[in-house]
Amino acid sequence: MSEHVTDGPSADELKAMSPEEVMVAGADADGIHILHREDRFPVRGTKAEKRSERAIAACFAIAALGGIGFIVSFIAVPFHWHMPGTPQNFKWYTPALGISAAVMLLFFGLGMILWAKWLMPEEEVAQDRHDEPSSDEEKLMTEATLSVGLTDTGLPRRSLILRSIGLAGGAIATVPLFALVGAMINNPGDKLHRTYWRKDPKLFPDTGGRVPMVYSDWRQVSPGDLLPGGLATVFPGVREVGFDGKNGVTSASSPTLLIRLRPGQKVKARKGQADYGWPKENPEYVAFSKICTHAGCPASLFEQQTTRLLCPCHQSQFEVLEDAKPVFGPATRSLPKLPLDVVVQDGVQYFVARDDFNEPIGPNFWDRKGTGQ
Amino acid sequence: MTTAAPPRRSDAPRTPQGKAAKFFDDRLNIAGPMRKQLNKVFPDHWSFMMGEIALYSFIVLLLTGTYLTFFFDPSMAEVVYHGRYVPMQGLTMSRAYESTLHISFDVRGGLIVRQIHHWAALMFMASMMVHMFRVFFTGAFRKPRELNWIIGLGLITLGLVEGFAGYSLPDDLLSGTGLRIADAIMLSIPVIGTWVSFLVFGGPFPGTEIIGRLYIVHVLLVPALLAGLVGAHLALVVRQKHTQFPAPGRTEHQVSGERVFPIYAAKAGGFFFIVTGVVTLLGGLAQINPVWLFGPYNPAQVSAGSQPDWYIMFLDGSTRLFPSWEIRLWGYNIPAVFWPTVVLPGILFTLAGAYPFLEAKITKDRVKHNLLQRPRDVPVRTSLGAMAITFYLILLISGGNDLVAKAFDISLNAMTWGGRIALLILPPIAYALTYRVCLGLQRHDREVLSHGLETGIIQVLPTGEFIEIHQPLGPVDEHGHGTLEYAGTPVPKRMGQLGAVSPLKHIRGFFYPVTEKPEIQAAIEELEAAKRAAVEAPEAERIEQEAKQAGDSELSS
Repeated sequence: MSEHVTDGPSADELKAMSPEEVMVAGADADGIHILHREDRFPVRGTKAEKRSERAIAACFAIAALGGIGFIVSFIAVPFHWHMPGTPQNFKWYTPALGISAAVMLLFFGLGMILWAKWLMPEEEVAQDRHDEPSSDEEKLMTEATLSVGLTDTGLPRRSLILRSIGLAGGAIATVPLFALVGAMINNPGDKLHRTYWRKDPKLFPDTGGRVPMVYSDWRQVSPGDLLPGGLATVFPGVREVGFDGKNGVTSASSPTLLIRLRPGQKVKARKGQADYGWPKENPEYVAFSKICTHAGCPASLFEQQTTRLLCPCHQSQFEVLEDAKPVFGPATRSLPKLPLDVVVQDGVQYFVARDDFNEPIGPNFWDRKGTGQ
Repeated sequence: MTTAAPPRRSDAPRTPQGKAAKFFDDRLNIAGPMRKQLNKVFPDHWSFMMGEIALYSFIVLLLTGTYLTFFFDPSMAEVVYHGRYVPMQGLTMSRAYESTLHISFDVRGGLIVRQIHHWAALMFMASMMVHMFRVFFTGAFRKPRELNWIIGLGLITLGLVEGFAGYSLPDDLLSGTGLRIADAIMLSIPVIGTWVSFLVFGGPFPGTEIIGRLYIVHVLLVPALLAGLVGAHLALVVRQKHTQFPAPGRTEHQVSGERVFPIYAAKAGGFFFIVTGVVTLLGGLAQINPVWLFGPYNPAQVSAGSQPDWYIMFLDGSTRLFPSWEIRLWGYNIPAVFWPTVVLPGILFTLAGAYPFLEAKITKDRVKHNLLQRPRDVPVRTSLGAMAITFYLILLISGGNDLVAKAFDISLNAMTWGGRIALLILPPIAYALTYRVCLGLQRHDREVLSHGLETGIIQVLPTGEFIEIHQPLGPVDEHGHGTLEYAGTPVPKRMGQLGAVSPLKHIRGFFYPVTEKPEIQAAIEELEAAKRAAVEAPEAERIEQEAKQAGDSELSS
């Protein structure tokens, strides 16, 4: 306790000094040099000093009032949401909380900063950095400690242990990763190569397995539903939970655009897909996957005049009359086309899909099968 | 006076704080280290506050985030909405979305905390980036601080991940679209892409796992890493001590400023409340991420103008600008998405991380630097930085190019092509311009040092020539040129900065001069007289001595 560790004054000498002198001595002991230190109000009780003090106290008082304001607003301002057309008092709730809490926080912060700037002494202090590298002695001793310790373990000459411990270490590092990845791994299988449009004779024996086309509310789609130039988002009418844990309407792979062309418009079909529209010979209706082949957003903005489909995420544009070929933006592949057909039930025509898309829908990936262009 | 009582008795502290100090010092031997930390010196400059803003935003994020976990349920189970927001009544949605609506409409004060959390996240990312610019342009990353530069880069990277995971949690239409794109990015990775996507989502997109997984990433994994790295970042600042700008009397071996206790602590503490107050004000007044307007996620829907949070937008922009180039080899594909979303950020972050080492290697600079540089004094680095920022800004703007196109009635395709071309030609132009500006600023500093300040006083010489009188900043040589060396420190540019504009003594008081009490007034005058004497006496002595020396040399010659 009484051991004298610094070159500075002794305890007895310190006791004889003023607190400020002791503080300076303490800083000096740590290589911290107080170069300049000046009271901002060397004469006590001036008007300027009192004014500063009052202003800072006012900041803290306003902060306290802000806090009270927050509690009052929290309790008293109407908060429940109401339909437009009814009193909208609740819309003041969040702003009232924000303003009152901000007044509390901002004025408290301001008070602290002004306190430091106006009332605390002005000082300029320099601290020695001491950032030279360690001395040669230090380095030599540490190096020796490490190398002797390493020799003590015998690792440099016991290569058998070194190798086996390397193996074991590798195992210890790998096993948790292996266990985690093993638990999470999920074989993609053909799940990216199929949708709910795939023919299923068990589910739909009446249509020869062909999946009926429905709207999101499960109503079946008829050719008469669309006006020329119109478009609708349609889904496979499969209510059973399928390969992705969803059903035909909720699956992310399902959304499909059914487009009715205007009279005179003709789609330049891809090879082997000339009869994918309906009617087969001279298609008036065509259907494309709605999922953009670039990054998977729904390409849902249809410009009737230019017959282009636009994806709002990265602005890929697909020309419907060229079989949804990408004509602008980062997409590289046409939207997959759904082969259409019509069945008649109770005298009404309903759309069905002849089968699944003949290529994976959505964004491209490494081992994507199918010809798509 | 024979066997004195144990000295401890008389020394034993009597005050409560003295007793507490003794309690801790007896156990931790802490008096010395604690004093050193209390006296630790921090330099002051406005640009040093960017990192502080980031730190304080992080604290706000931890506090508000913890609050939100009490009400948020990261479940993708489907429920039917029956809360207070009437337009959504009866709609089927995930529990995550429902509980976000619950926080916004049914929890008192829940909405403001949600909004403060989101604003603080934007502020966190923005202040980290501006802080990074500050460190870059002033050369604060140089030896010995390269490690902290890399930790900082790690913080920004983790911040991106944390932000993305966070805004994906509400499972609304906008964030679901973001996840859909994230899935496409994973799918685009060569060879393992499909397996990565299925591993992350637990099956085909979107599955039923992703929100729960992102939740634990967002509230535990990444925050723990962030907190650890923030701690390491600050520990290195304390260990290596802060850099500072050069100024008269400052050296590489000292750091000068104010001590932590009490002045710096009061200022930094006050600034914490200011930052918190500003994000609170934003959270209260500026609506952000109103998920109830977007609706629950539905893979068949998207809205126009779908933008991610600003710090992800540069990746959205690069994806929009990248041409439709896809590599197909032997029946395998590398999709176009791969390059702008995986390769580009990989290159950007690797370059940024390697920069301190590259610069040191190229400039053969192997010494330690504790004094900062002004950007103008290192034109190459500054111009490289300007080039990088230009590149980044074009990507950022392109991330919202549909909004720009709409606001200014420009063709969307023109915006895309404009972005592609600008990305190639604007960065070099930025480099050249910045280089010129740096040299110009340097030259002006040198001119002032050599010729003095413009006083604005025009004189007519007997020859009829008009000249402006210049005020030298220091001693001059036989040609009248200043002899002060260029030192990379700010140079005064106006007479006012020398205190030479207003000869009038400042009179205190607003409506009428302040009058102090007579005894206080007397004390003030006494003090001022003492100060004047302290300044004038040595000055008079110096002048006298100089005159004497001049006289001596005249005599001797």
